[in-house]
Parts: sequence; structure tokens; C-alpha cells
Amino acid sequence: MRQIINFLIKNKHFLLFLLLLFLSLIFTIQSHSYHKSKFISSTNFLTGGIYNWRYSVSNYFNLKTENKRLLEENERLRNQLSALEIDTISKKIIDTVSFDAPYAFTKSRVIKNDYSKTDNYILIDKGENDSLFADMGVITDKGIIGIIENTSKNYSRVISILNSNSRINAGLKKSDQYGSLTWDGKNPNIVQLETIPRQAILKEGDTIITHGRSTIFPKGIGIGTILNYKLNQNKSYYLIDVKLFNDMTNIGFVYTIENKNANEIKSLEN
Amino acid sequence: MNKDIILHIIRFVILVLVQVLILNHVNFLGFLNPYIYIIFILLAPININRGLFLALSFLLGLCIDMFGDSGGIHAAACTIIAFFRPVALRSAFGLSYEFQTVKLSNVRFGERLAYVVLLVLTHHIVLFSLEIFNFSHILLIIKKALFTSIFTIVITMLVLVLFRRSDS
Repeated sequence: MRQIINFLIKNKHFLLFLLLLFLSLIFTIQSHSYHKSKFISSTNFLTGGIYNWRYSVSNYFNLKTENKRLLEENERLRNQLSALEIDTISKKIIDTVSFDAPYAFTKSRVIKNDYSKTDNYILIDKGENDSLFADMGVITDKGIIGIIENTSKNYSRVISILNSNSRINAGLKKSDQYGSLTWDGKNPNIVQLETIPRQAILKEGDTIITHGRSTIFPKGIGIGTILNYKLNQNKSYYLIDVKLFNDMTNIGFVYTIENKNANEIKSLEN
Repeated sequence: MNKDIILHIIRFVILVLVQVLILNHVNFLGFLNPYIYIIFILLAPININRGLFLALSFLLGLCIDMFGDSGGIHAAACTIIAFFRPVALRSAFGLSYEFQTVKLSNVRFGERLAYVVLLVLTHHIVLFSLEIFNFSHILLIIKKALFTSIFTIVITMLVLVLFRRSDS
């Protein structure tokens, strides 16, 4: 017994080192699996408050570009509105105003955005108090950003599409084939679309949209265009590089999507 | 002595804030961010209690992780370099470390550089291995670790020269 205690006292620094290393490795491994890293998160009031304070200083520098984006969006929506009045049974319009299921949109602001790591997260300044909860989609006027992963009272953490854990259903606009959207960690403006079957007819410049197969995103939100594509090794699937519509390095404001039928759909699926 | 403790606490807070508010958003050439918060570990007193030092380094890394949503990678890297700091000190300063007479502000440039390079390289290799966490991306790990190390070392040496305490 005494020998054990002596051993512990003699090696106490090494044991402390092992303990701390073990703890940090647990946090690391948790962060690499989706929906697990709740403990070490920037949604708490201290980090959220500090980022909010930083944002209140830095947002002045982007007012001009954000203003321009809002005007462009307004212009496009107004054009669609006038088109709808003339021709109500028009062809399917790909935008956020024409969804067949009831979705509710909430605006919020990005107060922290990463894009240089392999697992990037975005912090937005609304949370449970504004009825945002996990598994809600996040988009901008141009296309998708990610999915809310973790919320606190006033802040939510979004798992960006620039994250190696992110898998989002996406497909071609012109046909019904779909695959999953991933990121290889290299270029923040290019993501990868995998497992599109080889029967699909592809062309560079084709539009990729969300596919509405989950309760998170409605069908038809823009993602990007095909930059280039090739068949995988056993020639059964295409691997496609997609150039995003969004500039992920400069997001500014976003909309979160609440699917009001999500609970009903999920209870049916289980 | 009391004054020194306050100085180290202030340095801890300022380094964390500077790191998360400014340096995590530099993105030089698209992906380079210097991680200079480890200056706290570099400048910690040589005769500090080792248990306390390990715990503080872990806490420092955890703060950065919390702000960066990066799990525990900074905590792990900081704990490792805190544990191996005596090895780096011995190999960089040799005899003068054994007699505990080293002051980082008055050693020769080469020795100081060697000390900084050793710790920064270790820190960054651990950091990026854990961040990417995938051995099929080993080239990406090496590339990121190498270039970020160069960036960090340059900034760290500049900070050490600029904020040298004149009284010591």
C-alpha cells in the first residue's frame, strides 16, 4: 500500500499530465462526432457575449456590402412577385417564397464565422428565446449555410457546410438524382457532392439544390453550380466539385428555417 | 512576488482575448492564423509548481477551445508542451537552466529562438493532427503545421522583443 502511495506521489505530475491529456482527448473525440460536443461550446453567455461585443464593433465595416445584398434580394423578390400576379400557375420557382410545406423563417446575424479549419462552426445571435432549436436549417438569400447544432438562451451554434461532419442531402435541379454534400477541408468556396449515380447526366455549370428529403431544408434552396466532376474508382458514382453561391468568408445575416411539420414527419418515420 | 502573479494573470487574460478576437480571424493567405497565446507557457516562471503549471496550461487551451468550438485540441496541445517544457528548456539553454538562472529577456537570440521553435513546432504538430484527425490527410497536416509554425514563430519573436520588460 505504502509503495503504491509513494509511486503516486513520485509520479504525481506525470499522472496529472495523463489525466489532463485524457480529458482533452475526450473533448476532441466528442467534437469529431456529430451532436456530441455540448460541453465545450461557444454558445455560453461569456463567449457569446464577448463575440457579440466584437461584432458590434466590426459590423460597421460590412454595412455597405450587406446593404447591397439586401437590395438585390428585394429586387429579385419583387420581380418574382410581379411575375406571380400575372401568371399564377407558373413553372416551379426556385426560391424561398414558393415552398409547398409551411416553413417559418427567422432572421439573425452571424457573430462568429470560421472557414479556415477543417471543422468550422458559426455562431448566430438568436437562441431558444427566439424559438430556435437544434436541427433547424440556416440559409442566406443566396443558398445554404448549415444546420443548427446546439442552442443556448440567446445564441445558437451552426454546424457549417464547411465541416467534415456535415452531411446534407443535395441533388441536381434538372433531374431527381441526389447525393450527400461533404467538404474536403481545402477551399472554403468549393464543396463536394458524393454518391450521385452514374446514370445522371451532368454538365459543368449545372445548378445543385437541396433535395427536401429531410425535415431540415425545404426542396429547392440553392447551393451552387458544378465546377467539375469525375467518376469514383469503381465507376459507379460521380464525385462532383460544387462552387457555392454563398461567399462563406463573408456571411453577415442569415435566415433560419423552422419546419412546422417536423415533429409530425419524424413521428411517422420512427 | 505578488506583483508577478498579477502580471501573469493579466497576461493570461489579454493573450486569450487577443487570440480569439483578432488573431483567430487573420486568415492570412486563406488559412494561416498565428497562435501566439502560448507565449503564456513560454514566459511562465521556470521555478513554477509543475502541477499548477500543467493545470493552467490546460485551462488556457480550454479557453481557446471554448471560443473556437474546437473540442479539446488546444487543451491537449497546451498540456503536452507544458509537460515537455523542461526538456525544451534544457536542450535550448543547457547549463544555465540547471542553475535556474535563465531569464528569457536576457539570453542570446539563438538560444531564445531554439526554445521558441521547439515548443511552437510541438504545439502545432499536435494541434493540427488532432484538428484534422485523419491520417489520409497527412500532407495537409504537415503543410498547415509548417506554415502556421513559421507565422507563429515570427510573431512570437516580435512580441517577445517588443514587450520586453526593461527592469529585468
